Amino acid sequence: MSASDGVAARAVDVWKSYGSGDAAVTALAGVSVDLEKSRFTAIMGPSGSGKSTLMHCLAGLDDVTSGEVWVGGTKVTGLKDRGLTELRRDKVGFIFQQFNLLPTLTAEENITLPLAIGGKKVDKAWFDVVVDTVGLRDRLTHRPTQLSGGQQQRVACARALVSRPDVVFADEPTGNLDSQSGAEVLGFLQRSAREFGQTIVMVTHDPNAASYADRVIFLKDGHIVRELLSPSAEEVLDTMKHLDSVVAVPHV
Amino acid sequence: MFKATIKSLLSRKLRLVLSALAVVLGVMFVSGSFVLTDTLQRSFTDLFSSAFANVDVSVAPKAEKGKEPEPLTPQAIADVKSVPGVASAVGDVQGSARPIGKNGKVITTSGSPRFGFNWTGTGQEKIREGKAPAAENEVVLGGYLATTGGFKVGDDISLLTLEPKKTFKVTGIYEYAGGRDSLGGELSVAFTEPVAQQLLLGKKDVFSGITVTAAQGTSDDALRDAVAAKMGSGYDVKTGAVLAKEQADQINEGLKFFNYVLLGFAGIALFVGIFIILNTFSIIVAQRTRELALLRSMGASRGQVIGSVVLEALVIGLIASIVGLGAGIGIGALLAKIFSSVGGTNLQLAGIGVPMSAIISSFAVGMIVTVIAAVMPALRASRIAPVAAMREAATPDRPLTKITITGALVAAAGGTSLAFGFNQASLPLIFGGILVAFVGVALLTPILSKPMVSLIGRLLSWSMPGLLGRRNSARNPRRTAITAAALMVGISLITGVSVVLTSATKSIEKLATGQLQTDLIISGEGQMEGQAATFKRDVLTKIEKTDGVKSAVGWSQDGVLQGENQLFAVGVTDMPAMATMFALKPKSGDIKPLKDGQLALPEEMAAEKGWTVGSTVTLQLAKAAAPQNYTVAFIWAKSQVLQGALVLPESASAQFRSDQIAQAFVQVSSGVSAADVQKRVEPLFADNPEITVQDRSAFVKQTTSQFDTVLLMIQILLALAILIAVLGVINTLALSVIERTRELGLLRAVGMRRSQVMRMITVESVVISVFGAVLGLAVGLALGIATVQALKDQGISEIGLPWMTMAQYLVVAAFVGVIAAILPAIRAARLNVLDAIAYE
Ligand SMILES: Nc1ncnc2c1ncn2[C@@H]1O[C@H](COP(=O)(O)OP(=O)(O)O)[C@@H](O)[C@H]1O
Ligand SMILES: [Mg+2]
Repeated sequence: MSASDGVAARAVDVWKSYGSGDAAVTALAGVSVDLEKSRFTAIMGPSGSGKSTLMHCLAGLDDVTSGEVWVGGTKVTGLKDRGLTELRRDKVGFIFQQFNLLPTLTAEENITLPLAIGGKKVDKAWFDVVVDTVGLRDRLTHRPTQLSGGQQQRVACARALVSRPDVVFADEPTGNLDSQSGAEVLGFLQRSAREFGQTIVMVTHDPNAASYADRVIFLKDGHIVRELLSPSAEEVLDTMKHLDSVVAVPHV
Repeated sequence: MFKATIKSLLSRKLRLVLSALAVVLGVMFVSGSFVLTDTLQRSFTDLFSSAFANVDVSVAPKAEKGKEPEPLTPQAIADVKSVPGVASAVGDVQGSARPIGKNGKVITTSGSPRFGFNWTGTGQEKIREGKAPAAENEVVLGGYLATTGGFKVGDDISLLTLEPKKTFKVTGIYEYAGGRDSLGGELSVAFTEPVAQQLLLGKKDVFSGITVTAAQGTSDDALRDAVAAKMGSGYDVKTGAVLAKEQADQINEGLKFFNYVLLGFAGIALFVGIFIILNTFSIIVAQRTRELALLRSMGASRGQVIGSVVLEALVIGLIASIVGLGAGIGIGALLAKIFSSVGGTNLQLAGIGVPMSAIISSFAVGMIVTVIAAVMPALRASRIAPVAAMREAATPDRPLTKITITGALVAAAGGTSLAFGFNQASLPLIFGGILVAFVGVALLTPILSKPMVSLIGRLLSWSMPGLLGRRNSARNPRRTAITAAALMVGISLITGVSVVLTSATKSIEKLATGQLQTDLIISGEGQMEGQAATFKRDVLTKIEKTDGVKSAVGWSQDGVLQGENQLFAVGVTDMPAMATMFALKPKSGDIKPLKDGQLALPEEMAAEKGWTVGSTVTLQLAKAAAPQNYTVAFIWAKSQVLQGALVLPESASAQFRSDQIAQAFVQVSSGVSAADVQKRVEPLFADNPEITVQDRSAFVKQTTSQFDTVLLMIQILLALAILIAVLGVINTLALSVIERTRELGLLRAVGMRRSQVMRMITVESVVISVFGAVLGLAVGLALGIATVQALKDQGISEIGLPWMTMAQYLVVAAFVGVIAAILPAIRAARLNVLDAIAYE
C-alpha cells in the first residue's frame, strides 16, 4: 500500500508503547488516520493522551511498536537513521513548542537551515513570499536572542515552510506565547494551508488554537475518539468536555 | 555543604574524569621522573659496588694539575707488596679499545665504556668458555661484546686502540658473578699483559693502577693507610668502597641533571594542565550557576560557595594525585626497564623503589595545581547573585576589556623579565619571563580569538556544518581562548627552539661557505663524547703528498693550564695554510709560521686576557715537566670559524696527552675535483674506520644534524604538554556537546545527518586547534628570534625561520583537532533526537 493521492501522511494501526513488562505504557493503541494534503489538521486531546507521540511517529522522529506510517509516497516504518534523516530534511517541516532556533544563526540562516543542510538552493521568490507572509522582512539579520518569542515562532514557521515539505508538524507551537502572538502564528499556519496548499498537522490542547484548523482529531488514551471538521472554539471545548464520557473504541 | 559537594561531584563523572586526566598526566610525569632516576641511581650504585667488589684498596698515580700522570712501574707494585697486611697486589692495565663488528663498522654503545685490560686471572671476570689469552695475538671477550658483535671462540676480532686496527683471535669469553654478560653494558676485551701495555698505555712495562687485597685480619681502611704511608704523596690510594662511591656519585650527578630536565618538562605539562582544569571548572561553574545560586538563596555564604568549589578541586586533585603517582611508578619502572634492556646498557636494575620525593611532589603538585586552577572560577561562582537562579545561565558575554588590559600588562612584564634574563644570562629570569609571558598571552587570547577564529573558520566553513562549527567556536571567546592557549604553550616552545636551531644551522652554513676555504675535512667519531678518534701524524704527511692536494693542515689538541685557568690549545702543522683555509686576518702582528716558544690567539681572547703581541704567557702542558714561557707572535682578527683556541707550534704537540692529529683540512689544487681527491685520501684510513673524510657540505650536514636530534628530543618531551592540551580540546568539546544537546536535537530533527553533525564538531575542534597553533607559532617565533638576537655574540649571526617545520606543526594541529573531535563528535551524533529536544 502507498499513500494514495490526496493523502500527505498516513498512520495504519499504529501502536506505540514505552518500557516493557509491568512498567509498559501504551501511548498509542492502534491509531489509523489519513491526513489529507493541503489541509490544516489539529490533533487534540488531554495531556498524556498520546498527541506528541503520534506526531513523533508520523514525522519519523520515533519508531512505532507496530503498524505503518507513510509520509508522501514514502513508507517511514522500517527506514534507517539516514533515510529518516533525509525524510525529515526533505519531506517534513517542524515547529516545536520552544527552542526552535539555533542561537548562532541569524533569522534568515535559521529559515534556510534545512535547505543548507541538504545542500539545496533557496527558491528566492518563495522565500520572499514566506518571509513577507510571516512579516519578518526587517528581522532577517537578527539573532534569535534579539527576537521576541512570537517572532521566534514565526521564524520557525518560515523555516518549516521554506523547503515546501509534504507535511509541516507543529507541536504546541503557541504553547509558550501570549494570545496576541499565538493568534498571529495560528493565522499564519491557517493561511499557508489555504493560500499555499501546505499540509499542516498541529498538536495542541488549546481549543482556541484547534479552531483555526480545517479538521480536528481527538485523541484519548492513545485512541482516536472523535473528529470535527472546521469547528469553532466552542465546539472543540464542548467536545473536549465530553471526551471523558466517550468510550474509546479501538479503531481497527 | 560537604555532602552537597560530593553529590555534585559524583553527578558529573565524565567532566571530572577529563579534567582530572590532565592532572594525572602531569603528576605521572613528575613521579615517573623521580622513580626512574631513583631506580637508575640505585642500580648504578649497585653496579659500581659490584665492579669494585674484589678491590680492597686501589693505588693509582696522582695527577698533578694540568699534567699527565706518570704511569706506574713494576717497582711500585713491588713496593706495595712489601707493605705488611697486603695479601696480593696486582698491576692493572686499562685503556680505550673499540671493537670493529663483523660488518666492518665500529661497535658503539649508548654511553657505556669500551675498554681493554690485561688478563690477570685474579679479577672478578671468570672464563665462561675457551681459555685465557696466552699469545700476543689472542684475546678474551666479555660476554656482552661476544653477544652484541656475534663473536664466538675461534673467531677473529679487529680492535682499535692507541694503534690502528689490529686483528686478534678470540680464545675465550668471560662473564661476571651470576653469569652476567657485563656489569653495565660495557664492551670489554682482555689481552696478555705486554700487549695490553703496548696497545692501551703505549709503553712497555707500565701499569695504570694496582689492585690490592688485604690479608686476613687487616681492615681496608688500615690497609689503605699503610699503603699510602709507604707510597708517599705521588699516589692516590683509596679503598674499593670509596672508589665505588666516587664513580657512582659521578654518574648520579648526571642523573640528577637528567631528572631536572624531566621535571622541567613535567612542569610545562602541568602548566598546560592548569589551563585545562581552569577551563573545566569555569564551564562546570557556569553550568551550575543555578545550583550555586540556589545554594546562595538558601543562605549559603560566599565563603561556603568558594569553599564548595575549592573542596571539589581538592578532592579531584587528591584522586588525580593518587592515580598519577601510581601511573608514574608504572611509567618510571617501564622506562628504567627500557633503559636497561633496549637502551643497550644491560644494566642490572635494582628493585623499583618509590622515593619519598616522588610521593611528596605528586601530592603537592597535583593538589596545588588543581586548587590554583579552581580558585578563579570559585571566586566568580561566589559572585553570582541569588536571583540568577531564576534566569537562564549567567551572562556569557562579559566584556573583555579588563582581561585584555591585564593580559597586556602581564605579557609586558614577562617580556621585560625575558629581556633582563638574556641581558644578564640568568636562566631563572628567562624561564620566569617565558612563563609569565605565556600567561599574559593567554589572557590576551580572548580578544584575539574573535578575529582570528572567524578568519580560520572561514577557510573551513564552505558547508552548513562547517559554518555552524565555526560559529560555535566563536561563541565563547574565553573558553576557546583558554583551550587554544593550552595548545599554544607546547607549540610555541617547539617553534622557539626550532627557530634557534634553524638559525644556528643557517649561521654555520653561511660560515662554511663564506669563510671555510677547505675542500675536505677529516675528523674522528666521538667528537661529542670528548674523546674523539685521532690518527697519526705521518698519515697527514701522506695526505700532503697525495695527488691533487694543494695543501693540508691538521692539529692535535689538548687542555693546557695557564695559572689556574684551563685553556684549549691546538698544535698546528702548517700555520699559513690554516690562515688561508680559515680566512684568518691579522689583528696585530703578521701571520707567520710559529717558532718554538711562540703562540697565536684570537682577538677576543687577547682582549679578555689583556695580552698583546710580545706578551709572555706561561703554560703548563700535560707532559711537560714544568710550565714554559711562550711569546705571543700574532693575534688574528675575530673569526667565526676559529675562536676560543690558543695556537701553538707543532713541536708543542709532543707534550700534549696525545700527539695524534684530531682534525685535518685539505685544500685541493685548482681544476681538481674534491671528490676525486677524497677517493684517494680515504684509503689512507682503511685501518681507522673511526675517521671520516667528508667534503664541506657533508661536514656541515653532519655538524648540524645534531640539532635535529635535539629538536626531536624536545618534541618528544613536549609531546605530553601537547597531549594534555589535546585533552583540553576534547574536554571543551565534550562539555559543549552536553551544553548544546537541545541544539543538536533540533539540528537532527530538521534533517542534519550524523556525518554532518560530526563534521560540525570537527570543524569547531580544528578551528580551536589551528588557532592555538597559530598563536603558538607567533609566540614561538617571537621567543626564538629574541633568543637568537641574544645569542648573536655566541656565533648565531643569521636568523633562520623554519617555515617547513612550522607548516608541519600547523598541519599536525589540524590533525590533532580532527582526532580530538572524534569522541565528542560520536557522542553528539549518537544523541537520541527526541531526548535531545526534550533535554533540560
Ligand atoms: N519517552 C517516554 N518514555 C516513557 N513514557 C513516555 C515517553 N514519552 C511519552 N510517554 C508516555 O506516553 C504517554 C503519551 O505521552 P505524550 O505523547 O507526550 O502525550 P501528550 O503529548 O498528549 O501530552 C504518556 O503517558 C507519557 O507518560
Ligand atoms: Mg505533548
